[in-house]
Amino acid sequence: MNNLNSKDILGTRDLSIEEINLIFDTAKKFKEVLSRPIKKVPSLRHLTVANIFFENSTRTKLSFELAQKRLSADVINFSSSVSSVKKGESLLDTINNILVMKVDMIVMRHPNPGAPHFVANNIDIPVINAGDGTNEHPTQALLDSFSIIEKLGSIKNKKIAIIGDISHSRVAISNIHLLKKLGAQIMLCGPKTLMPKYIKDMGVSVRNNVREALEWCDVANILRIQLERQNEKYFPSIREYSLYYGINKELLDSIKKDVIIMHPGPINRGVEISSDVADSNKSIILDQVENGVAVRMAIMYLLSFHRSS
Amino acid sequence: MTNISKLFDSKRLEITIDRLCQQIIENHKNVENFILVGLQPRGVYFLERIKYKLEKNLIKEVNTGYLDTTFYRDDFRSNDVPTARETRITDSVDGKDVVIVDDVLFTGRTVRSAMEGIMNFGRPKKIELLVLIDRYYSREIPIEPTYCGIKLNTITSERVEVNLTEQGFEEDSIIIKNKSNE
Repeated sequence: MNNLNSKDILGTRDLSIEEINLIFDTAKKFKEVLSRPIKKVPSLRHLTVANIFFENSTRTKLSFELAQKRLSADVINFSSSVSSVKKGESLLDTINNILVMKVDMIVMRHPNPGAPHFVANNIDIPVINAGDGTNEHPTQALLDSFSIIEKLGSIKNKKIAIIGDISHSRVAISNIHLLKKLGAQIMLCGPKTLMPKYIKDMGVSVRNNVREALEWCDVANILRIQLERQNEKYFPSIREYSLYYGINKELLDSIKKDVIIMHPGPINRGVEISSDVADSNKSIILDQVENGVAVRMAIMYLLSFHRSS
Repeated sequence: MTNISKLFDSKRLEITIDRLCQQIIENHKNVENFILVGLQPRGVYFLERIKYKLEKNLIKEVNTGYLDTTFYRDDFRSNDVPTARETRITDSVDGKDVVIVDDVLFTGRTVRSAMEGIMNFGRPKKIELLVLIDRYYSREIPIEPTYCGIKLNTITSERVEVNLTEQGFEEDSIIIKNKSNE
């Protein structure tokens, strides 16, 4: 197999194991490119990519933009906060207006689940989901798994704990779909109020005690509390959450095994993770960011071969 | 129908490789200052043969690397995604003499991509090209080899294959397949 099945990357739930391996193999080659004195290849010099962000982003947007520039694509950026969306333009109108300017690929983030799917169904060019509400964030999950494989060699039968605000996390959902396909055992851990009701149906175990989760796992992927998506109080205070679910050096040291620490960012230091853990040698948080560029280069490179019918 | 004609056997191949190595030694007084770069996928097998012979003659280690030109190709409008293979150039190419090594020189497009790729690792003092087979009437880009095993006058519909034992073939051979009657 040397091509992706779909013209879009909308979620990890749609990816086959062959597609996942193709993305990882290609990302490995791009990681080597990023270690060269000149970190740029001309593969996408014929394309223009639009980054359309209806929601704030630092890491993902920078990572995508850097990946596009490393591939020599032309890039245009769009943020809803400074655009005509504020003047009442519809999503499809906005997209169509961008399309007539001869854009070849779209990277899109939107607060509503399914928005990139809607756009992808209505246009011929590739759409990459850079996060849609609480649904999926496929490129983040792919770079997370790529980083785990780089560290541990494989994901099969590895124990991965995802800790924190599961309810509001698209990173968790995308990771669960992907890790299941790669053969991992998954445990979710967080307060009951931040745990989706039927999440066990996805084939994961659920714990509410963070020490138990850490004692069980090989890798802990720690998530941020997404206050911007919470319309009501799910726990009494940030301080109390940190007391029960925050991961600090003392807690990690008391566990009799090595646990790899991951975080998709942005980190709220002192809330879900303490500084000494985030900056420790057990943390691969910065590797994740570095691998993000290579994984996104691989995805855009592979999608660039898709021709509209 | 496919006509196959065999051009080289392993004995003839060894003589040719020997000559190519002597030419490299003649042109490069300082071994430390040059690096052989084999082009993926098939050039790397041929590179290993050259490296082995050179090191035997010089009694010194020769710097080598692999380069995959996939990301530099100019046929991006094709529908097939070319499979990218490993690139491994660990030494800097700054100020060095780089010898690009490939089995067959055909249109010249791969070598053009390779030169672009190598420049991304620094500024070589000089780039040379070593090929086993030069299909010299098939060039689409003005690129000529510095060292050449044998010049072949072929037509586009013919296919020239260098099959080495390292690639899993029973014996070394260079064959021309003529598909024009198909």
